[in-house]
Amino acid sequence: MSRLQKLVLGRLFLGILTLFIVSALMFIGIELLPGDLAQQILGQSATPETVAAFRAELGLDQPPYVRYLDWLGGVFRGDFGTSLASRRSVADLLGTRLANTMFLAVYAAVIAVPIALTLGLLAALWRNTAFDRGVNLGALSAISMPEFFVAYVLILFLSIRFGLFPTLARIDEASSLGDALYRTFLPALTLILVVVAHMMRMTRAAIINVLAAPYIEMARLKGVPRWRIIVRHALPNALAPIVNVVALNLAYLIVGVVVVEVVFSYPGLGQLLVDAVSSRDFPVVQAVGLFFAAVYITLNVLADVISMISNPRLRHGR
Amino acid sequence: MGNLLTIRDLRLEAGDRRDPVVILKGINLDLDRGEVLGLVGESGAGKSSAGLAAMGFARDGVRFAGGSVTFDDTELLGLSRGELRKLHGKRIAYVAQSAAASFNPSMKLIDQYSEAPRLHGVASRAEAEKDAIALYRQMQLPDPEEIGFRYPHQVSGGQLQRAMTAMAMACRPDLIIFDEPTTALDVTTQIEVLGAIRDIVDQYDTAAIYITHDLAVVSQMADRICVMKDGEEVETATTREMLDNPQQDYTRSLWAVRSFRRPAEETKASETLIRGQGVTAGYGKATVLHDLDFTIPRGRTTAVVGESGSGKSTLARVLAGLLPPEAGEILWRDAPLEPRLEKRDARTLRNIQMIYQSADTSLNPRHTIRETLSRPVTKFTGRRGRKLRARVAELMELVDLDPAFLDRKPGELSGGQKQRVGIARALAAEPEFIVCDEVTSALDQLVAEGILKLLVRLQHDLGLTFLFITHDLATVEAIAHKVIVLKNGRIVEQDDRDAIFGDPQETYTKRLLESVPQMDPDWLTAARERERELRRREAS
Amino acid sequence: MVKLLKSAPPTAIAGMIVLFAVLLTGILAPLVSPYGETQVVGGAYQPWSRAHPLGTDNLGRDMLSRMIYGARNTVGLALLTTGIAFSVGAFLGMFAALRSGWLDEVLSRMVDVLMAVPPLILALMLLAIVGPSIPNMVGVIAVIYVAPVYRLARAAAMNVVGLDFVEAARLRGEGTFRLLRREILPNIGSTLIAEFGVRFCFVFLFIAALSFLGIGIQPPTADWGSMVKENATLITFGDITPLIPAGAIALLTIAINLIVDWMLHRASGLKS
Repeated sequence: MSRLQKLVLGRLFLGILTLFIVSALMFIGIELLPGDLAQQILGQSATPETVAAFRAELGLDQPPYVRYLDWLGGVFRGDFGTSLASRRSVADLLGTRLANTMFLAVYAAVIAVPIALTLGLLAALWRNTAFDRGVNLGALSAISMPEFFVAYVLILFLSIRFGLFPTLARIDEASSLGDALYRTFLPALTLILVVVAHMMRMTRAAIINVLAAPYIEMARLKGVPRWRIIVRHALPNALAPIVNVVALNLAYLIVGVVVVEVVFSYPGLGQLLVDAVSSRDFPVVQAVGLFFAAVYITLNVLADVISMISNPRLRHGR
Repeated sequence: MGNLLTIRDLRLEAGDRRDPVVILKGINLDLDRGEVLGLVGESGAGKSSAGLAAMGFARDGVRFAGGSVTFDDTELLGLSRGELRKLHGKRIAYVAQSAAASFNPSMKLIDQYSEAPRLHGVASRAEAEKDAIALYRQMQLPDPEEIGFRYPHQVSGGQLQRAMTAMAMACRPDLIIFDEPTTALDVTTQIEVLGAIRDIVDQYDTAAIYITHDLAVVSQMADRICVMKDGEEVETATTREMLDNPQQDYTRSLWAVRSFRRPAEETKASETLIRGQGVTAGYGKATVLHDLDFTIPRGRTTAVVGESGSGKSTLARVLAGLLPPEAGEILWRDAPLEPRLEKRDARTLRNIQMIYQSADTSLNPRHTIRETLSRPVTKFTGRRGRKLRARVAELMELVDLDPAFLDRKPGELSGGQKQRVGIARALAAEPEFIVCDEVTSALDQLVAEGILKLLVRLQHDLGLTFLFITHDLATVEAIAHKVIVLKNGRIVEQDDRDAIFGDPQETYTKRLLESVPQMDPDWLTAARERERELRRREAS
Repeated sequence: MVKLLKSAPPTAIAGMIVLFAVLLTGILAPLVSPYGETQVVGGAYQPWSRAHPLGTDNLGRDMLSRMIYGARNTVGLALLTTGIAFSVGAFLGMFAALRSGWLDEVLSRMVDVLMAVPPLILALMLLAIVGPSIPNMVGVIAVIYVAPVYRLARAAAMNVVGLDFVEAARLRGEGTFRLLRREILPNIGSTLIAEFGVRFCFVFLFIAALSFLGIGIQPPTADWGSMVKENATLITFGDITPLIPAGAIALLTIAINLIVDWMLHRASGLKS
């Protein structure tokens, strides 16, 4: 096995391990909860018999590690337990909402990534010009604004003043793709604005860093034209940092989704999570949290693996 | 004169336009076809900027403030980017100091080679590759058929430097700018690269500007030498004239540096202060030092020489207690020396001090010189108040520094001054033994000479024992009593200086000594001849 | 100091003015606000008037007064949280860099796990466990932000730890705390201050987001995030009042970012 393969496998293993640790920690956290979970949920007025029955129903009479393994086994079979609030199966609750959240995130990403990379590249090339300063100030402002501020400003103008888009992003399975894209345009736009700002700043920094390398000066002194310096000399070496920037921001997008879903009452995982946290519906919190953590970890692992593969020192051993 | 390149009253500036930093203050250079001009000077002399300016190029933030650069009857200043691009790589090429950083890490060497010929329409890809292999062979690169298809990180530093020279040759330019091409290399590698560069430049009758701070190197390479200082030309003459009969005081002082020797003194045998027995040390699985037996005589300077990777700095760390050896023992006056720094008693800590290579990192930039010196004085000698102040002032005088510097921070001092503070800090402990780790390598030669003289005087006055770690044999010859030659973590040879320099026993020592450039224009030819002789004998 | 301020670009000056104004408002809140924090002064959602320059909120409390108290609560809690995360993270980071070995390994792996989960999700999960309240929120966010501060402080300290002057101090037999305080801290101070600004912005936005989601600062405490949430319905009538606390959050964050950008720019300029 080559060194590269070893590194890649090691990183994948580490990602999976992290996910297990996160799930176990979540479990331990709930375990350490002061007082009895069943008692808390049922309230002080519940009789000891009901509490005991409820404990048995939740499996709370089992030792913790058995319950963890049970739960983990369930996760692999697609069974995330039962919601404490609605008494429905968590897997059912997740189903369409998961698709909705992914739809929104992909929608925003498909538009945001190319725009951000282009802006970042141009700002790096035209460093210290009016364009660069303008884009930078805009980006700085955009990352300074809470998502809900951006969202409400968009609602106020695009929806209420000009009536172009709906205030609430309600979609269901019956909506056609075009209709869904139209209805979710405002939440997607909110995410795009915030993510583009972050990603553009990081891309600019990554490219400026590469352009300062001595081999870029060498290429200029060989008479290599500007476009070729960018394409042949700068970009291949900026690939790893750029991939990292993209992954980091896609991960950010997943998180940003939570607030945006609440603003637009969008039926996604984020809103489910917030509701579950308020009502302390642990099985739902656990499942949704695990999902977000998994996406986040996967993106980070992916970025690391791609930068390993793109590194000539690792790809071509000594 | 001057029918290829003519530079007249060239001025370069950087920084704010209203209050610019002047880099070149109006220099004049002339270069004939096929001629090699050496540009010599200390750091900050503006040699690299002058070299790039000869290509009509200025780095970001630097701008032309006047004068003219005429290349083959074309004025380069004010030429459009596109016009310059047609010249760069085709008629004027550049060889940078750090080959490892100047090759694109994600492109094969031969692709980087063929880039210029293809873009300039000189050769097709296939022709360029064939030509590259031929040039690689001429540059005596191993595996010339194969080496071009490797990535830069798969090739050693000396080979990369030769590959870069080949790349500069790709379009058979009229002029090549060499910017310190061998400075980062070990001496035994340097001699190969110098030879290869000289051969190829001779063969194609290419004109060159060879930039370096090393006088011995430039006298091998150049037909004429121009000495620069602070952005100005000091004097220009043919190489032999410059060596035999320099006109300016500054040039003469540069020349004189190399002749510094410690004054002769009685060489009565000295007792042993430190004795190493079977010292083996390393980092993790990598063993760097293998089973070293050595002695360090008291009141003398013992020099440890070796090329990069020989383990000389590791030896310093072992003695300082930063890296406990895996095996073996070190004796201090015949008593075992505690290997771990944390367990050493105050007396041992006080007795062993260090002086570092880089004056910039050896002093805490946030502390004033007074704070830097006061702490060890208080810590080791317990002096406080007026006594402390008196001692600190005394230390400054000991290293020839004005006590007025005491309330400044390192950033306000020059490199040589900072190095003196570093020495004063070591002296503050009133030690017996000082490890000097490449203390002159980062300094200009004139400044380095001052530091060496200071160390010799301090040793004489205070009876100090020095372990002097360096890769520079000229320095060793100047100040050492005893020499330990290290190679790949093993001792090749250890003996008195005169024995090592006069009658080296080992081939490696011979080769190392032969590789040190001398201020004689014929040295390189002779040294390569001797090297071939050594090889022949090794082979038989 | 005056010279330093004179060299600041107009953007940084503007940032400092905003920051100063907000801090002053927060400190002097009881003196400058016309009504009490939770005092009901009239009907709900009254329009802007002379008596209530920004109208009243969903429970009939004076919006302006709540904005002023909000400056105190939101900014104060963000400062407190950042302060805790920062002192713990920076100390552990520097300590790990200096001592290296197993302690560094253990701390760094723990931080890796903390940073492997998106912060908002982690905060939501932890708050679900411990229950939403102000002390819990401060604690949870502080724990989460210890991780990035630790990483930065460790990396910055690592650059210094390897330098010769630290080795010289070690060879002198200086203790760990003296090394940290005298040799390392002074040399990474400016990095840490800039990082404090950056982290404060994150924490501030974070608290605002949590409060907006109803899981952060709990009613009836006035804070800019929950004020947006409580009065969000007004937006659908084209009333911009709920955007004022949101805008205040944005304004303060922009201001701090402008100051931090200038500081980072200055630090990088000083190096070259």
